[in-house]
Amino acid sequence: MYSELRNHIIKLFESNVRLDGRKLTEYRKPVTVEYGVTNTAEGSARVKIGNTEVIAGVKIEINKPFPDTPAEGGLVVGAELLPLSNPDFELGPPGIEAIELARTVDRGIRESKCVDFKKLCIEEGEKAWFLIIDIVTINDAGNLSDASSLAALAALKDARFPKLEGEKLNYKEKTDKRLDIKNSPIAVTVIKIGEKFIVDPDTDEEKAIDARLMVSSIEDGTLCAMQKGGNYPLTAEDIIKMVDIGIEKGKELRKAL
Amino acid sequence: MAYKERLNKRGFEETRPIEAKVGIIKRADGSAYFRIGNTIAYAAVYGPRNLFPRFLQDPQRGILRCNYNMMPFSGSGERVRPGGSRRSKEISLVTGKALLPVLNLEEYPNTVVDVFIELPQTEAGSRCAGICAASMALADAGLIMKDLVAAVSVGRVDDKLVVDLDYSEESYEGIVADIPIAMIPNSNKITLLQMDGMIPKEDVKKVLEMAKKACKKIYEVQKSALKDKYKVEQDV
Repeated sequence: MYSELRNHIIKLFESNVRLDGRKLTEYRKPVTVEYGVTNTAEGSARVKIGNTEVIAGVKIEINKPFPDTPAEGGLVVGAELLPLSNPDFELGPPGIEAIELARTVDRGIRESKCVDFKKLCIEEGEKAWFLIIDIVTINDAGNLSDASSLAALAALKDARFPKLEGEKLNYKEKTDKRLDIKNSPIAVTVIKIGEKFIVDPDTDEEKAIDARLMVSSIEDGTLCAMQKGGNYPLTAEDIIKMVDIGIEKGKELRKAL
Repeated sequence: MAYKERLNKRGFEETRPIEAKVGIIKRADGSAYFRIGNTIAYAAVYGPRNLFPRFLQDPQRGILRCNYNMMPFSGSGERVRPGGSRRSKEISLVTGKALLPVLNLEEYPNTVVDVFIELPQTEAGSRCAGICAASMALADAGLIMKDLVAAVSVGRVDDKLVVDLDYSEESYEGIVADIPIAMIPNSNKITLLQMDGMIPKEDVKKVLEMAKKACKKIYEVQKSALKDKYKVEQDV
């Protein structure tokens, strides 16, 4: 369907250049993180990568711990691809793409152990703090996945606990207590088109994707989550190269926090 | 007890600070941001575009679809469950009715104009903020319009009539009436009116007059935001 576009993109890649003039593994500029963008959330952040814009908000609740982790708090990540942000997104319950996005962001945060869930337990088996991150898209100009995971982490860093008054939470007053975030898991989605690898695809490049690998890593380069997507297979060599790019670019993206 | 001074120290006919911008969402055909106090609304317009399934099409005119949605973290208390509620459906409906009279949808048969209103942060007056943002976004999309629509809530707190109630007044212990109103500023016609609370009928005329004045002020802010986007940089 987009074969002309794809051929054009691949031809450009041969001279190491992209549709908008960027190099293959170059992010759009600027990448910005703005904290505290909504005061009704306990923590929030707006991330812009070029014209792509997402907001993440954290609500902090008290819930009963899950039966398999009675001494731990919880993390819930939701993502909504709002029809406000892209003419192709439709109203209704989250589709498969939104669910995949939310789950990959969730895994990046959870598996990096940046939050110690044991510390979120209030009373074993009865009460624990739950962190509910909601990601919403404002403008989709490509690469919602990297913007979303950056926004989710930034919102956690911005979060302050609501005031606990006896049994009830007072959401009107925030305390000074913040989450203890031990590291910063950053997700970079590396894209394969033809024989080349790129990061931060724009809307046109997203139509021409053969395969993608979302690579989440922490400061020391340790991987904490991955997700392969796209319709075409990857070789082991491809994956090694993509992981390297993901970690290297992750370091660059982390500076925006 | 008399309501001598507003809890928020504003004048009785004074709105919260207002900020408006257009063209904030590049993917959309038209978009706007409208902030009144702590309430923030984004609106995006897509269309006129093809409408499917085709049996929904009207060969006489285009169809307007509005959707009002609070982001999950936008409520002052607990998380708002995503996916829409009875409340958001009703607000979507009345928002559409508030905007329809200024549109010339006969110009766009068989199509749909989609308006998406999203609120990242709310503290009273969110449907009015949504309508203000949506009418600017429709203008930004280049649709043929007779006028903009400006909206504000007015009401009564105890014995006083007030403009733009905030949360402290909506939840005031005593007699409170909250009346969201949308107006077409040039013709002074009312396109949205809802009310909950109690108010003597003598006050209705006064409160409509107050809404008219406040809507005219909001209208000026909306117009200047639209003009700002298309302002040509003057070189010396």
